[in-house]
Amino acid sequence: MKWHVLRPLWVAIGLVGSILVAQQFLVPDDFGVHGRNFTYGYHRLSNIQEWKDFPVKYRGRESCVECHEENVAKLNSSTHAPVECENCHGPSVNHPDDEEFLPLNKTRELCLRCHAFLEYPNSARGELLSIEDRRHKRRYECIKCHNPHDPKEDVEEEDSK
Amino acid sequence: MTCSRRDFLKNAVGGSLVSSLPLSAFTLISQAEAAAALDEAKVRWAFLVDTTKCVGCGLCVKACKNENEIPYDAAVTRTWVERYVVTNDGKTHIDSPMGGRDGFTSDKIRDEEIDPDDIAKAFFVPKLCNQCDNPACVQVCPVGATYQTNDGIVLIDREWCIGCGYCIMACPYGVRFFHPEKKVADKCNFCYHRISKGMDPVCVENCSFGARRIANLRDPDDPVANIIRTERVSVLKDEYGTKPHVFYIGLDAEVR
Repeated sequence: MKWHVLRPLWVAIGLVGSILVAQQFLVPDDFGVHGRNFTYGYHRLSNIQEWKDFPVKYRGRESCVECHEENVAKLNSSTHAPVECENCHGPSVNHPDDEEFLPLNKTRELCLRCHAFLEYPNSARGELLSIEDRRHKRRYECIKCHNPHDPKEDVEEEDSK
Repeated sequence: MTCSRRDFLKNAVGGSLVSSLPLSAFTLISQAEAAAALDEAKVRWAFLVDTTKCVGCGLCVKACKNENEIPYDAAVTRTWVERYVVTNDGKTHIDSPMGGRDGFTSDKIRDEEIDPDDIAKAFFVPKLCNQCDNPACVQVCPVGATYQTNDGIVLIDREWCIGCGYCIMACPYGVRFFHPEKKVADKCNFCYHRISKGMDPVCVENCSFGARRIANLRDPDDPVANIIRTERVSVLKDEYGTKPHVFYIGLDAEVR
C-alpha cells in the first residue's frame, strides 16, 4: 500500500536535493544582498567592478592638449570654446597608438546640428547664430569659409580653393 | 487567573529580555563595516537638465552611443532628446527621430510642415535614466540581475540578465531597452565607468551648452547639488513614487 505512494515523494525529494546541489556550483559566491535591502540590493557584487572597468572612449580636451596644444589654445579663445574636440574629431580612445588619424567629421550636417535656423522662442536654439539650410551656400562644406577652431576668423585664400 | 504585582514585573522584565536577545544578533556589525557603510553613503549621484539651454544638437546622444557601445544605427539609445512644439491652436507636436542622434535640423515634425508664426512655444527635452530611489525595474527583476548601488546608480549585470524584459515593461520612463547585440536589458547608468573615475558622464562632457550636469547630492560643496537644493526644479512622473533623481529646470506640463 505505502510503497507506490511514497515513490513519487522520493523522486520529488531527489529533484529538490539535486537542484540545491546544482545551485551551490552555479551561483557565484559573491551573490547576495549587498545594497540597502533584498528588494534593491540582491546582486552579484563583482558586477560593480566590471562596470567600473568599462573602457572610456571620450577622453576629453585634457588628453588632446598634451600634443595639440596650439589647436586647443586657439579653440579655447574662440566662440567655439564650449565645443568638445571629440564632437567633430570622434572619440580618441585608440589615438594615436592604434589609430593614427581620427575619423574627422567635416560635413555640413554636423554644423547644422546647431546652426540650422529653427525659430524656437523658448529654447536657446533661437539665439544661436544660424542659417537657413536651403538658402545659404547650399552645396558647400561650411569649413570652406569658416574655421571651426575660430569661427570669427576668415579662412585664408589658399584654404578656400 | 490571578497575577500578583511581583509576578507581573518578573514576567515583564524576563519576557522583554528574552525577546530582545535575537534582536541583538541583527545589530552586531564591526566598526570597520559601519565605517564602510557610512563612507559609501558619501555619494548619491543625481543629474540636472536645464531644458532652457538645450538646442537639440543631439551630440550627447551620438557621444553616448559611441561611448557605451550601443549599436549606432539600431533604434535604441540610452539617452535621447525630444522636441516639443506647441502651436497656437493648442496642439502639441512631439518627435525624436533616432532619439535625436543626428540633431534637429529641419522644422518639419513627422513630415508635417509647421508655420513658424503659429508656434506658441517650442523647446527640447533631453531624457535619460532617472536612477530612482525606488526603482520599479529592480523590484520586478526575477533573477537579481539589476540592482541599486550604494551611490544610487541602478546597474544591470549582463552575465546574470536572462533577457525576460520585465524591467523594460516596469520602467515608467521607458528608458530601458533590449540590447540587440548583448541580448540583455540595457539603460543609462550615468556612465558609471566615468563618474567612478572622477570624470563627467560622456553626455555632460560633450554638451556645449551646459544643459546637462551631474551632481553628488551628499556633497555640500557641489555647485550642481546646490542648484537642485536651492532652486526650482522638477522631476518627471513624480506621481509614480519612484523618487527619480534626474532634475529638470524649465519643464513644461506638456512633457510626459
